[in-house]
Amino acid sequence: MIAEAGLAALWLAAGLALLQFVLMIVALRTPVEVARTMRAVAVLQGALTLIAFAALLIVFARTDLSVALVVENSHSAKPFVYKVAGAWGNHEGSMLMWVTILAAAGACLGLLSRRTGERTLIAALGAQAALALGFYAFLLIASNPFARLNPAPLEGHGLNPLLQDPGLAFHPPTLYLGYVGLSIAFSIAVGALVTGEVDSRLGRAMRPWVLAAWILLTLGITAGSYWAYYELGWGGYWFWDPVENASLMPWLAATALLHSVSVLAARGALKAWTMMLAVIAFSMSMVGTFLVRSGVLTSVHAFAIDPERGTFLLALLAIYVGAAFALFAWRGASLKEGAPFELVSRETGLVINNLLLSVILGIVFLGTLYPLFVEGLSGEKLSVGAPYFNAVAGPLALILAMLVGIGPLLAWRRETRPVFGKLKIPLLIGATALAITIILAPAIGILPRLGLTVAAYLAGASLLPLIGRNPLRAPLATWGMTVAHFGIAVAIAGMAANGAFTSERLAVARPGETLSVGPWLVQLEEVTPTAGKNWTAMEGELRATRGQGPVTLKPQTRYFTDPPTETNEAAIDTFWNGQLYTVIGKPDEAGGWQLRLWWKPFVTLIWAGGALIALGGALALLGRLWRRRRGEHDWRRRYV
Amino acid sequence: MKPKNQRLVLVIAALAAVMAAALLAMWGLKDRAAYFYTPADVATGKAKEGRSVRLGGMVERGSVVRLGDGVTIRFLLTDGKARTPVVYRGITPDLFREGSGAVAEGRLQGGTFIADTILAKHDERYMPPELGNLTAEHKAGKTLAR
Repeated sequence: MIAEAGLAALWLAAGLALLQFVLMIVALRTPVEVARTMRAVAVLQGALTLIAFAALLIVFARTDLSVALVVENSHSAKPFVYKVAGAWGNHEGSMLMWVTILAAAGACLGLLSRRTGERTLIAALGAQAALALGFYAFLLIASNPFARLNPAPLEGHGLNPLLQDPGLAFHPPTLYLGYVGLSIAFSIAVGALVTGEVDSRLGRAMRPWVLAAWILLTLGITAGSYWAYYELGWGGYWFWDPVENASLMPWLAATALLHSVSVLAARGALKAWTMMLAVIAFSMSMVGTFLVRSGVLTSVHAFAIDPERGTFLLALLAIYVGAAFALFAWRGASLKEGAPFELVSRETGLVINNLLLSVILGIVFLGTLYPLFVEGLSGEKLSVGAPYFNAVAGPLALILAMLVGIGPLLAWRRETRPVFGKLKIPLLIGATALAITIILAPAIGILPRLGLTVAAYLAGASLLPLIGRNPLRAPLATWGMTVAHFGIAVAIAGMAANGAFTSERLAVARPGETLSVGPWLVQLEEVTPTAGKNWTAMEGELRATRGQGPVTLKPQTRYFTDPPTETNEAAIDTFWNGQLYTVIGKPDEAGGWQLRLWWKPFVTLIWAGGALIALGGALALLGRLWRRRRGEHDWRRRYV
Repeated sequence: MKPKNQRLVLVIAALAAVMAAALLAMWGLKDRAAYFYTPADVATGKAKEGRSVRLGGMVERGSVVRLGDGVTIRFLLTDGKARTPVVYRGITPDLFREGSGAVAEGRLQGGTFIADTILAKHDERYMPPELGNLTAEHKAGKTLAR
């Protein structure tokens, strides 16, 4: 019954999306008063998808084995949290979550939008409805999550044990909120291109949506990176897996958009470029969805390989991206000229930021899709991994990080004073860091060394916008920018320290034996069997010492029965200056156990940096919204 | 800058960025993409020595030997037509076992494949797509043999 209710809610929501789309077409042809109705329809549509999603959560929570999706992906013996989170640990469920967020984003736009001009809002809500329609069709025709199974089997097949982790409850929803949240920027851009109302006011209307989606995307990527780090037991934080790239590409585009929309909002410049980026950012989200959900790429995330679904998604992608670009080609050139700026100015700085981000995006995009092109053209199979991405995108990212320190120092429109005087101290810090690494660690690689240098410089340079004024009186948005830019320095420092100073040890140890890794002595005490709700495990007990008192780590090899799988549960201990990362492998005939140990100095800075970047975004968003609240009377009088 | 020029300069800069990305990517991909080979390709000399490549096949039954240090293994990957010896130092992934599919990343050295990473099936349902065809052929071969 609940499954049917969910399905009915989805069909109704699809009907409302159609209505919303038709209303837009009518409203753009004849001047009728539909803005209010469209807002209501959008909100209702969002509510209905939320009901459908809740229905899915309920059937999973109850392990309703008459629903095919539950049978395929769940098991009655699973812990409750993973029963619920398992609802989106599969193709259909994750697509339902995608669509729910898309409709909820439309509802937010309908509910909260106050600054977008009325005609543009109508067109934007219509565009959002058009997006939703295609994905409702995909869900209802090719990926129905509520399909029944008759007769119902006695037990389900279980969830991939790699997904049985708290990470599953947090990472996909956050990432999807960011991914799909970019649809609002896409729809507003499409709406503005339809009406031609691209100005600084539109920039200010679009900015909070971009910021919100970007914050969630940043958090989702950071969380996903840490999840992969501890769950896979490989000791790496980023594998350049196509699916990781699929989330990185929208992030790069959204980061560029975030900066260009600021130019649009503050100065009314970069009009066409900002609209283009808004289209590209969500297009990248759709490309990512296609890559992940069609199963065309080798990946842990590829749940099912189904050519029909792949073709369907590819068709949707082609329609939406094609239509948006066609609209852009048709209307983009007729946009009014943006406000002029000099060569040395904040605007130019942000243009360079955008160009570099776009080049990095292009490099990641081509590297990710290259295997598909080659296989399609010549049938040869190949993969593109870390050696390509690190060598080609890495140096560009460092150049960008150098420039991040300079951009915020430039004045809008025209910078007359030389800015390099201010940069003396940060440059000195960077040079000192370089000298220290050359003296103390002559053997490290070139990229980690440059990374440490740039991180040290940027840590200083990013603080400059708060220096020379009373920091407490600086706008919240300035604080946000400073914190986010400082976060970049922190993350780069973590990556570089991990690349430069990680020590690794791989050996066999019998109980009682001691291995050394970095400054640590690690003794294998014993290995004992243990069990959880739906798994059994061999658990090693390790005592690690480094001068002071010992710490105990308990890595496991887990054996799951439904489905039969082994996983490595790494044991990680965090200290202020790094992490001790331990994995236990397989036994040998002589009673020894394979142990893999890492000492990773300052690796935690990677995720701390990611969190700081997101926090900076949140501060900026708060600052913008707060200022808007304070200035409410002003803009009401002017715009509404 | 005059407004007209400004738009022109921006368009040119954007085009230059696109070109730069494409050129950089092509330069990087030329010798950093890892091609996928099967043991038969190695036997016929299609896979070059020393280049970073991927090798996929089935782990031959009874071929996995653990070397003296306890963490290095040696095994044979086969595609039914040829076999390649593989050496790997590390903890083998979950579900790496004899008679099942695996992909090794690394390089050929004197006829032996030195693997840096081994990828195996993640669970009962997941398998690297490169191996999908191989298993199908394998099964087809078996049926024919019967």
